[in-house]
Amino acid sequence: MTSHLVTIDNVDMRYGGPGGTLAVSGLTLHVDKGEFTAVVGPSGCGKSTLMKLVTGLHIPQVGAITVAGKEVTEPVSIVGMAFQNPTLLPWRTTLDNILLPLEIVQRHRRRLRANKAEYVEKAEHLLETVGLKGFGDKYPWQLSGGMQQRANLCRALIHEPDLLMLDEPFGALDAFTREELWCVIRDLHHETDVTIQLVTHDLREAVFLADRIFVMSARPGRIIDTHSVPFERPRDLEVMYTAEFTDLVHDLRGQIAQARTEQLEAAQ
Amino acid sequence: MSAPADSKPAEPVAEVVATPPAPRQFPWIKAAPWLYTIALFVIWEASVHLFALPQYVLPAPSVILGAIIQYWPTIWTNSVQTLYTTLVGFAMAVAGGLALGLLVGWSRFIYAGLYPLMIGFNAIPKVAVVPILVIWFGIGDVPAILTAFLIAFFPIVVNVATGLATIEPEMEDVLRALGAKKMDVMLKVGIPRSMPYFFGSLKIAITLAFVGSVISETIAANSGLGHMMLAAQSQFNVPLVFAGLIMLAIEGIAMYALMAWIEQRTTGWAHRSGMAQGN
Repeated sequence: MTSHLVTIDNVDMRYGGPGGTLAVSGLTLHVDKGEFTAVVGPSGCGKSTLMKLVTGLHIPQVGAITVAGKEVTEPVSIVGMAFQNPTLLPWRTTLDNILLPLEIVQRHRRRLRANKAEYVEKAEHLLETVGLKGFGDKYPWQLSGGMQQRANLCRALIHEPDLLMLDEPFGALDAFTREELWCVIRDLHHETDVTIQLVTHDLREAVFLADRIFVMSARPGRIIDTHSVPFERPRDLEVMYTAEFTDLVHDLRGQIAQARTEQLEAAQ
Repeated sequence: MSAPADSKPAEPVAEVVATPPAPRQFPWIKAAPWLYTIALFVIWEASVHLFALPQYVLPAPSVILGAIIQYWPTIWTNSVQTLYTTLVGFAMAVAGGLALGLLVGWSRFIYAGLYPLMIGFNAIPKVAVVPILVIWFGIGDVPAILTAFLIAFFPIVVNVATGLATIEPEMEDVLRALGAKKMDVMLKVGIPRSMPYFFGSLKIAITLAFVGSVISETIAANSGLGHMMLAAQSQFNVPLVFAGLIMLAIEGIAMYALMAWIEQRTTGWAHRSGMAQGN
């Protein structure tokens, strides 16, 4: 019981008051510490709602969410988030963008001024990890889309979160850059004990990166199936060209297609 | 202006036989504002002579220049007066507009309540307010300053509020998930983000402030370019009326250039990142 970092127990989340849209219903899942999970499902299934529930940006009307042993009633600062839109601030250098969370999180902001050098060193190290060494003093608009997304990952990781929530972070990138960043994430997960939850539309991305994959139904979203990914770590990109990999992607595709069909039929 | 500073023109390939450097092109683009201005005055001068227009209809630029020199002490005093009332009104508009813009952008409740009022207020022609200001404050500097303030205030409020209202929701989520309060989001993201909108609005506001102070001067004042032009008109001194116009144009262009320069210096990043274009 204590090894679960995230527990979501029978949660309903409705937007816009009673009679509003029911985004998720009867949602139940748990994530172990250090685990890499992915969430896939048809569009509009409440994947992003799931992210906002876990980070405490939304509080559910029914059910409970526990993160690190505490019920979520307000934003939990042990989480780092990265979205498809890198949202780097254009008036700050890449390094200052990465340091931004430290100016917010309570336990860091008190120490930041006195220990600036230590934090800058940490940020430089993160930049090196994601392959952006020496780009700290560049402004975001001087970086390519892929480089901005790398910096975005650094910003999500600078305060050493226990849980990293990624909402389609690679959606807007070209195929090769995306593969590069998959490897960056894979290595980050391997080298640290961070727990990662990835929300994605890309089934190959989910299978390549995750230990377990949750499949969500159409709205109102709930988990209809959980797949364990059998491939050993560390995984090479070549694993994507094996029959097993393709079969798993194919299964997932079938389930999501069916969820979509059911939704369309229900709508008619 | 949009090219990154570090992009250098491509170096010529070494193998290519050295060709004599091309003769330096005349910088047409840079010279264009001066060329067009000179052309305007030349055409104006020529037309006046060609059509033999009487001086009380349209004086030639040379005649206006003569009037500027002849009446220079008067023109100078009144130009300084207009500049003074305009700048005081503009400064009040900047302070008030910035404050109200931040307030309106801060809270949806304040926004919803104040916005219709501001629209209504902005729709009132400011010339209609001047008589009221004269009743309250008498003839003099104060109505001119207040008219400049009232007319320049609105674009600043709207621009600052727009900058605050268009924070990316993802950015706010990232910060709020870390425990950021509304104040943190405003200080770290909202206010820096609204600065390009604010400095952009200053160019519009300073131009409008001149409109405001001159309107007020033509209705109720004892000095200022507006008053001077009105007095000159009543004496049929048309060259002096036009001299006043020219001085207003010069002051307006100078102030606009100053605001554009401040904008460029303070928020150059917005031009580079494309945010100023509304991205």
